[in-house]
Amino acid sequence: MRREVPLFITFLTGTVIIIGFFVPHKPLGEIEQTFINWSIIIGGFTLLLGLDSLLKLHIRKIKRREGGYAYSIILVASFLITLIVGIFSIIKYKSILTVQAPFMFIYTNVILPLSSTMFSLLAFFIASAAYRAFRARNIDAVLLLVAGALVMLGRVPIGAMISKWLPATQEWIMHIPQMAAKRGLFIGIALGGMAMSLRIILGIERTYLQ
Amino acid sequence: MWILIIALIVPRPITNLKGYDKPNDAGGAIELEWQLSPDDSVVSVYEVYRSDSESGPFEFVGSLRGNSYLDNNVKDGKKYYYFVRAKSEKYGTSSDSEIIGPVVPKAQWFNRARLNALLIGLIFTILVIAYIKLARTGAELFLRRIPGLDAVDEAVGRSTEMGRPIMFILGLGMISDIATLAALSILGRVAKKAAEYGTRVLVPCYDPIVMTAAQEIVKQAHQEAGRPDIFRREDIFYLTSDQFGYAAGCDGIMLRERPGAVFLQGYFYAESLILAETGHSVGAIQIAGTSAVTQLPFFIAACDYTLIGEEMFAASTYLSREPLMLGSIKAEDFTKMILLGLIIIGIILASLGKVFPGFERIAELFINFFKGA
Repeated sequence: MRREVPLFITFLTGTVIIIGFFVPHKPLGEIEQTFINWSIIIGGFTLLLGLDSLLKLHIRKIKRREGGYAYSIILVASFLITLIVGIFSIIKYKSILTVQAPFMFIYTNVILPLSSTMFSLLAFFIASAAYRAFRARNIDAVLLLVAGALVMLGRVPIGAMISKWLPATQEWIMHIPQMAAKRGLFIGIALGGMAMSLRIILGIERTYLQ
Repeated sequence: MWILIIALIVPRPITNLKGYDKPNDAGGAIELEWQLSPDDSVVSVYEVYRSDSESGPFEFVGSLRGNSYLDNNVKDGKKYYYFVRAKSEKYGTSSDSEIIGPVVPKAQWFNRARLNALLIGLIFTILVIAYIKLARTGAELFLRRIPGLDAVDEAVGRSTEMGRPIMFILGLGMISDIATLAALSILGRVAKKAAEYGTRVLVPCYDPIVMTAAQEIVKQAHQEAGRPDIFRREDIFYLTSDQFGYAAGCDGIMLRERPGAVFLQGYFYAESLILAETGHSVGAIQIAGTSAVTQLPFFIAACDYTLIGEEMFAASTYLSREPLMLGSIKAEDFTKMILLGLIIIGIILASLGKVFPGFERIAELFINFFKGA
């Protein structure tokens, strides 16, 4: 029974959603959105599970003085400060999203700059990955190098100054071979997704039920 | 004299007003279309009026700039009549258009625009069932090699030899994402192999539900490997639900723990390259897999092996070699061949349509059917 009940629920839910995809009539047409709403509500509660996991892990690290426990102190302290400031903001300003709320101060001056810093690191990572990928070691890498160089040159003003063919060439690469490859991938991904969904609905694929 | 000039400038009414029940919907909607007033340049808005009787009274239901309107505030089975009025802020309001109706909204039992999806879905399902039956008879089904999956044992073995943990990053997908489910299947295989060798698997999670599922999968893998004693629930933990916070957290763990192997499996966004390059910098063997087409080039550039979209979905089948699951992969290949055939037919028909006018209509019907138009 431990396995049969979840398998039956999966089969029933999957089948109803597939039928709802083809039948717009109520209640079938709305059922997918209803399930999504349910999952959002359940997801909200599971955040507590995540919080439990995160705090337990770091409090244990601090207690045992494990390597890098100073980071754990910073994490727990940051969590508590943000929580207190958030509660205070709700009490005083009715919403944490009010511009004057101290929570927004933390968001604007701590969270946002940190996220932007991580995102901007991407430029350096792209440079290092491109350097490795563009080394002409074999025919595939040469093709990548030539296509990449043509597209990059064709997309900047200097490309048009070098040759009027460069912008047209990059456009051709992006619209014909690149698009064809992308669509091939999309077809494969869609069919792979369908196959996996069918395996799950029919109960052939059960790894997620562990 | 002035009265005459103003009367000439007042916008002329719209023409050819048409109203019909919105197709392929759950009811409660009527679509209206019209030809714009010949004096559209001076029209500020087109006002739509509705009544349940041809003789009125009509009530104002909405206004817009354009030649179509969707009335979502109607009841199924009831008769409705409409007219539209062109209104100019400067010059006044046009006379009313003709009254059209009755239009009766109703819910449809089948979405005809999705007939193509139903057809392909049915063919695919029949093929899956047929191949599963074939597999049950003991017929050998060939599956091409997937180097990224063959390298799973190598990656786990390498980590074990180096005495370093394995890091399994599940990306930003939720449990409802098919890519996350595929990644969890791969996690089960990796965790089992790692448990056999006594190697730790670190799984930082972005979503608490995914974390709970991952914990149970790794626990089960340890039990199957006969090593429940070395299972550590705290190794599968929640990190954050912030995209770059998650990337920063994973990078920090990689730099501190220096894993021997990094698995990047699931759905990724812009953080993919940040994670893959950090993994590369610590010298880990990296096996990536995602269905996010925009992130695939980054993984291909930065990782040792990359499972491209459908290869990731096939991973659990490939690794388990269960005949029943193999059947679905064969059906997938066969459907791909059918789709390829349909694409070629479409190209031929479209090309013939350009040369012979008679084929133009056939090509249009064929392409529109598969576009769902």
